[in-house]
Amino acid sequence: MSASIEMQVLKGSEHDLHPIYLDYSATTPVDPRVAAKMIPYITEHFGNPASRSHPYGWTAEKAVENAREEVAKLVNADPREIVWTSGATESNNLAIKGAANFYSAKGKHIITVTTEHKAVIDTVRELERQGFEATYLDPEPSGLLDLDKFKAAIRPDTVLASVMLVNNEIGVIQDITAIGNICRENGIIFHVDAAQATGKVHIDLEKLPVDLMSFSAHKTYGPKGIGALYVRRKPRIRIEAQMHGGGHERGMRSGTLATHQIVGMGEAFRIAREEMDEENIRIRRLRDKLLNGLQNIEEVYVNGDLEQRIPHNLNISFNYVEGESLIMAVKGIAVSSGSACTSASLEPSYVLRALGRSDELAHSSIRFSIGRFTTDEDVDYTISLMKGKIDKLRELSPLWEMFKDGVDLSKVEWAAH
Amino acid sequence: MSSIYLDHNATTALDQRVLESMLPWMLNQSGNPTSRHIFGRSARDAVEHARAQVAEACGAYASQVIFTASGTEANNFAVKGIAANQVGSQILYSAIEHPCISRPAKALQQVGWLSSEIGVDANGILNIAQLQQALETTTSIVSVMLANNETGVIQNMTEIAEISRKAGAFIHTDAVQGLGKIPVHFTDLNVHAMTISSHKIHGPQGAAALILDKRVDIQPLLHGGGQERGLRSGTENVAAIVGFGMACELAVANLADFNSHTQMLRDAFEHGLKSLNVTVFSGSARRIPNTSFFALEGIEGETLVTALDRKGFAVASGSACSSDSTEPSHVLLAMGVAPDLARGAVRVSFGAHNTLLQVTDFLTTLKNEILRLKQLTSIAA
Amino acid sequence: MAYSDKVLDHYENPRNVGSLDKNDPQVGTGMVGAPACGDVMKLMIKVNDSGIIEDAKFKTYGCGSAIASSSLVTEWLKGRTIEEAYAIKNSEIAEELALPPVKIHCSVLAEDAIKAAVADIKAKQAAKEAA
Repeated sequence: MSASIEMQVLKGSEHDLHPIYLDYSATTPVDPRVAAKMIPYITEHFGNPASRSHPYGWTAEKAVENAREEVAKLVNADPREIVWTSGATESNNLAIKGAANFYSAKGKHIITVTTEHKAVIDTVRELERQGFEATYLDPEPSGLLDLDKFKAAIRPDTVLASVMLVNNEIGVIQDITAIGNICRENGIIFHVDAAQATGKVHIDLEKLPVDLMSFSAHKTYGPKGIGALYVRRKPRIRIEAQMHGGGHERGMRSGTLATHQIVGMGEAFRIAREEMDEENIRIRRLRDKLLNGLQNIEEVYVNGDLEQRIPHNLNISFNYVEGESLIMAVKGIAVSSGSACTSASLEPSYVLRALGRSDELAHSSIRFSIGRFTTDEDVDYTISLMKGKIDKLRELSPLWEMFKDGVDLSKVEWAAH
Repeated sequence: MSSIYLDHNATTALDQRVLESMLPWMLNQSGNPTSRHIFGRSARDAVEHARAQVAEACGAYASQVIFTASGTEANNFAVKGIAANQVGSQILYSAIEHPCISRPAKALQQVGWLSSEIGVDANGILNIAQLQQALETTTSIVSVMLANNETGVIQNMTEIAEISRKAGAFIHTDAVQGLGKIPVHFTDLNVHAMTISSHKIHGPQGAAALILDKRVDIQPLLHGGGQERGLRSGTENVAAIVGFGMACELAVANLADFNSHTQMLRDAFEHGLKSLNVTVFSGSARRIPNTSFFALEGIEGETLVTALDRKGFAVASGSACSSDSTEPSHVLLAMGVAPDLARGAVRVSFGAHNTLLQVTDFLTTLKNEILRLKQLTSIAA
Repeated sequence: MAYSDKVLDHYENPRNVGSLDKNDPQVGTGMVGAPACGDVMKLMIKVNDSGIIEDAKFKTYGCGSAIASSSLVTEWLKGRTIEEAYAIKNSEIAEELALPPVKIHCSVLAEDAIKAAVADIKAKQAAKEAA
């Protein structure tokens, strides 16, 4: 480590004020090309796309339909299968409640996974309050779902299953082809949350046995506040509208469409389709570099399967270092930590807990998520920063000292307070 | 395209200052407000600043503002969210509500609720006696729009709120068409919940809010990450929310000018209409100053709107959301207007940037088109 | 979360980090907290024959406030008698560091660590006298 970098590590640096962004899984910056495409639609081409009577409305409608085509193309769907929403949260709510309500006569049991996004888990919980029953499957320690356990959870009254394609915290990719086929064999409607997958993995809805799929723009270099839901036409899947009004989106979703945001999502998905393969190669190289650098540190654990995983995500636990002080120490990078300390309660990530990680390891985890604008320099800086700060915190850590002295921490009787 | 835009009740062009407030959140690296790092915290600060601006503009507390993606969502949220925490009861709404109130209200019938429309008089003013009578049956929710999108009629909300409160009902008002056109003050209106929207006041599409008295027990419409105090999950649309905040601030600052200017334009316009033998709806009622809704017997509103569009004037035949259908306006039917006349309805809604010259030009074009269409129909007949 | 300047100062420049010889009869050790709770504090004090704390060292696994709380008490302890040390209240620590309500438990933990270290040295002294 060079002297100058060492100084930065110990004293902080200019990056403390302008940290390096490594939180692409939380949200992505809007691609400048996307922004350029959006701006005319909030300045010149304003108009309510549902206003059929004047050209302001027509221009908006044409732009909306072009964008719908781009979204459909990325996932090889028919544009008529794409319904706009205000984001993946709404897509997940609409898909799960919409299908469960429409097909409730067929059965009232839902299967999902404990590592799903809150927008899925909490929606299923809401349906439980309304009289549905749900099974929440724990994944394997790798984060992947055991297909046999999924099969075993199926009941005659199972009506819907919801499994995400790419996990937001650990980046693992579920085998939705296999899960979808099981659903097909059992007449179960299959919903997939693909908010974290677009532009990262190939999605071919013509081949995939998936009935409903949720998308988000702001995880794929598009704007916040816009998403989409894929609703299969052949065989036709029906959903009960969750929002009533003017009857936009063929009655499935009412509310004035934000034209510039839709345009932005279309452009973001176009870029994703055209550049995904090349971008993935570059990001995998950066990820490998980061992984190799961090694995030189003792007692680090990668959370989630490394093979069945998008290269954009690296979730690592640093043993014997407490999570919140770790976050304080790494101000030079903007990352997400496993301890979601949004409130008074310091509660470790439910996803890592579901993998069977201890509270301590869950707390001391960091999700590095790499994206379109990450550079080699960013990765180099991150590695040296992490090494320096982990050393410093471990020097402070009584647990590290005990570990080094050969004490088995699991045998210690802690004076819990 | 050099059309004159006279359809401000459908949507409005973004104000340049609003756009400028949004650009940093559209172009630069913006974080997720939930994130704890500086990108997230600055996005959170921006959302909270906008919340304060919105609250200030409509006489509410910041803690009462729940951001949603559209007015439709806020209205659905108010009806379904409040109903979900009440035992099966009654919901009352005016016969001139937007479908995003009436449809979810009707849908409550499926879960055992009584759902009843309260009529309006020939001017579109709510029938208070009918409301009072309906309130004799136990009622949980009353929803009446502050200003109607088609006629522009303003209801006496404080009276409606008082009657509803006395009967133990929660009172909601859709104030989407009121904000920026007349003073809108949540606390003074004395309602429990109020919907406002950004794109009607020169803000961006994609942001709206339900202003909610915290004593109202409400169920979220969207479940998930727990944003908006757990009442509206989903990553905040930071740019749109920031724009909404700025639009609110400007709307209130410009209110007096907007009022006198659009009132002047409408007076001039309706004065010019007098020679055309048209019916101006709600002409003698208290209306938002920018709206004129009129009809001409024998000419389809839709036809006239299309003809005017070719001549470079953008107006509406009814509410944008139902422009797809050729059904006559439900608002006019509720006012007892004959369906034939209602089919002829055209709505003109002025904005701050329209000029008297545009009104004069529009009147000339309107007269010519009416004449032309009348000749066409008489030849056809 | 906004930390006070004092917390940040102790976090960035922790005082008296390290360990003393735990087998030294003049050294008392207090270890409180549990990894599962997110805080473990180890405080060691060296007490001379007149009952004055000559040295204090700490190691802490925990958040910035926990690190700052323990760093601060090592400064305070030096030169005090063990009775004076025993009298230190968590509220004094919280006040000095301007801890927010959600972090008060860090000061409680620091007080517990002092009490545990004092108890340990007293137990050692008692054992010595008994011997």
